[in-house]
Amino acid sequence: MPDLNQEDAVDPKGAPAVRRTVLEVVGLHRAFGGVRAVDDVSFTLAEGGSLGIVGESGSGKTTTARIVVGLERADAGQVLVHRRDRTEHRRGRAHRLARAREVQLVFQDPYLSLDPRTTVGAALRETLRLHFPDADHPRRIAELLDQVGLGEREADALPRQLSGGQRQRVAIARALAVEPAVLVLDEAVAALDVSVQAQILNLLADIRARTGIGYLFITHDLGVVRCVTDDVVVMRHGRIVESGPTTEVLAHPQHDYTRLLLDSVPRPGWDPRSIAAARRAL
Amino acid sequence: MTILDIQAYRLRLPDTARPVLDGVDLTVRAGETVALVGESGSGKSLTSRSVLGLLPDGATTGGTVRVNGEDVLTMTPERLRDLRTGTAAMVFQDPRAAINPLRRLGDFLTESVRLNGRLAAAAAAERAAEMLDAVGLPAAVLDRYPGQVSGGMLQRVMIAAALMGDPALILADEPTTALDVTTQAEVVALLGDLQERFGTGLLFVTHDLGLAAAISDRVSVMYAGRIVETGPAEDLFDRPRHPYTAALLASTPRLDAPQGRLAAIEGRPPGLREELTGCPFAPRCPIATELCTEQAPALLSIEAEPGRRTACHHSDRTGEGSADA
Amino acid sequence: MTATLLRRPGLARLRTSRAPLHRICLGFVALVVLAALLAPWLAPHDPNAVDLGNALAGPSGDHPLGVDASGRDTLARLVAGARTSLLGPLGVVAFSTLAGIAVGVTAAWRGGWLDSVLSRGTELVFAFPGLLLAILIVSVYGEGLIAPVVALAIAYLPYVSRLTRSLVLAERSRPYVEAYQVQGHSGLQICLRHVIPGIAPVVLAQATVNFGYALIDLAGLSFLGLGVPALTPDWGRMVFDGQSAIQHGYPLSAILPCLAIVLTVVAFNVVGERWADQVARRDR
Repeated sequence: MPDLNQEDAVDPKGAPAVRRTVLEVVGLHRAFGGVRAVDDVSFTLAEGGSLGIVGESGSGKTTTARIVVGLERADAGQVLVHRRDRTEHRRGRAHRLARAREVQLVFQDPYLSLDPRTTVGAALRETLRLHFPDADHPRRIAELLDQVGLGEREADALPRQLSGGQRQRVAIARALAVEPAVLVLDEAVAALDVSVQAQILNLLADIRARTGIGYLFITHDLGVVRCVTDDVVVMRHGRIVESGPTTEVLAHPQHDYTRLLLDSVPRPGWDPRSIAAARRAL
Repeated sequence: MTILDIQAYRLRLPDTARPVLDGVDLTVRAGETVALVGESGSGKSLTSRSVLGLLPDGATTGGTVRVNGEDVLTMTPERLRDLRTGTAAMVFQDPRAAINPLRRLGDFLTESVRLNGRLAAAAAAERAAEMLDAVGLPAAVLDRYPGQVSGGMLQRVMIAAALMGDPALILADEPTTALDVTTQAEVVALLGDLQERFGTGLLFVTHDLGLAAAISDRVSVMYAGRIVETGPAEDLFDRPRHPYTAALLASTPRLDAPQGRLAAIEGRPPGLREELTGCPFAPRCPIATELCTEQAPALLSIEAEPGRRTACHHSDRTGEGSADA
Repeated sequence: MTATLLRRPGLARLRTSRAPLHRICLGFVALVVLAALLAPWLAPHDPNAVDLGNALAGPSGDHPLGVDASGRDTLARLVAGARTSLLGPLGVVAFSTLAGIAVGVTAAWRGGWLDSVLSRGTELVFAFPGLLLAILIVSVYGEGLIAPVVALAIAYLPYVSRLTRSLVLAERSRPYVEAYQVQGHSGLQICLRHVIPGIAPVVLAQATVNFGYALIDLAGLSFLGLGVPALTPDWGRMVFDGQSAIQHGYPLSAILPCLAIVLTVVAFNVVGERWADQVARRDR
């Protein structure tokens, strides 16, 4: 199984990256009935790095993300954050909060991931009270909103009064409020309009540069992967078929499936018939 | 032959400050694929739904929407029903939401032709099997339920259903958005094949400029209820003449563009409660001048580039504008 | 919101969205509640003052709605009876709603064997006629309002718990609940702060509908002479007392409390249904 060893890797921007590993996933398995949704999946994410998991529906990318976050349990394998195993669920408030501070999640649909009855400010306050009961909450809320490009006006708004892009900003702010080591973004820009998607992708790049948070980017969009990740893992039918530095994988795909994914991206002179034929052949 | 001819189409909804659709011009000829591109709220779906006479409650309209020479806006309910089951058909974005999950796919396919009395039950079933064959599915699918087939197959069933009434025009409203990329290629290839075979006109509504450029003969870009630019797909993609088209291209994460930050369009489209004076894109436009905020630009032909029209006072400057950086 | 209220078949047809009826019913509910609250000050006579010499007299200036077979003022007894007649159902609804929410939320949230046990348990109660249960408990514990109220509360609990369970299951599957879990909130916190406030309007609408049914059941019990002590003014009891008056050709003292019961139940139903419809529309 290909393994991304960050110690040897070179950052695509040219700087030698001798960085600590923040997230390490080892030999993850998960079956639903007879279907192997996740089949021996391993990867690592360097501190402050960005790793993309690419695949189509049924590839197991979302199940992998949910196991990493803790919304789904694994049949076998480990999810280590700073070398501590997340998969053994110990009960109790302290463990629950510690787990939340390891990994946070931004969902695909900002219309559904916010409680429709809670204002933006109240949602953030709730999270801050839970994790940082002694902090100066109004100041921190203003800070967080400012960090995602929202103002005080939005703090009093209910989710339905906001646009899709604004809601996704709120969801990001809420995840950042916990100050997690890793942020999992599950198709976090897929539901947004192109122009808004660009704003959010830029925002995410800025936040990573500023805070050194690690991203695990779950997406089907190779353009997005190219734009925001350092490394990429391509999944198909629950297994990793190819992995490596993003620029490398996209420029010189080794696996037929990666090549098919790349060819499927529409562009002028695109030939859907040959792709359909290649898909059937694979 | 022009199948769809929309001229100066305006649509107004109650409690809004501006028309939702403001002077839309669009034509689709037999065998031609026209892409209508825009972001949510641009009015692209409303335009395509108007072609079938599916208007929101309380809408008032102006202009004409002609299908095969007949104005949809003034049709009697009986004529509209004939139009929807025969001349024009729609393929929706989410086949799972558009197909009744409790009925067999065979019922779904034959329902409309049987209800309007075009075909008897046996003939309808025969035609359904024929159309399934045309979209590359076995006749056994007729006995399946929607839950038993994949999303890509279901969208092909949807296309087969659209073909049942032998339409002259297919309206596809984001037909591949809910599908995987490789499945998208398959559905697009299928639409292209069918169009060649039956000579149907295709209006393809999408938010994806790359997809639009890849599959269509002509592209029209919509913004805030207006068509801001129209022209042959490749030219428009290579040399956008409206700053919005340029900005849309620049903000799409593409595989062939330089890496790094995207050129995002700041701000957001005007809401329906805002009155518009001048160009609707002016507040977000990098090359806007006073003229743009005062006077709405008309959709004018571009000299030296036949078939291209753009609604911009400064279309000559867009090529080197900062939005294309 | 796809969950529908549980209605008795006969009364289900009363649903209506016509505004005047709803407004009239709302007004009537307010009137009855006000009468119950201010009964001691509103009643023109002592509701228990017996005047045998004046028995079964028709309406007069002193007794606008006449008197019953014992010579007690019908209007005073109606007003004073409103208090008992509303207090009983209030107890039933308060207890059954609180307990029903607790049971429903626990079953839906925890799932597994606990859900099975709680759901089968409430189904068992469902299968047992509420009125019969009440008669059983009253015959064991004797006279008094507490016994029938507790009995009916248990009988009504499944209506609330089943509705709550289905609502919480729907709410639980929404991503925002998962978002709170990921944030580190405990299940209890999420339920109390987000899930229960979210489903409350629908459950309260069901409670309003239950109020009407509980009123009928309690009135039926007092008519049978169970529950409410003999001298306490109560609408069900008044109908029972009025039977002999009807035989004597003086129906007023029995018909008026009947009317009060019917109108109050209908009014509560219409108001509750309308509320539920509004909530459903808002959530759509």
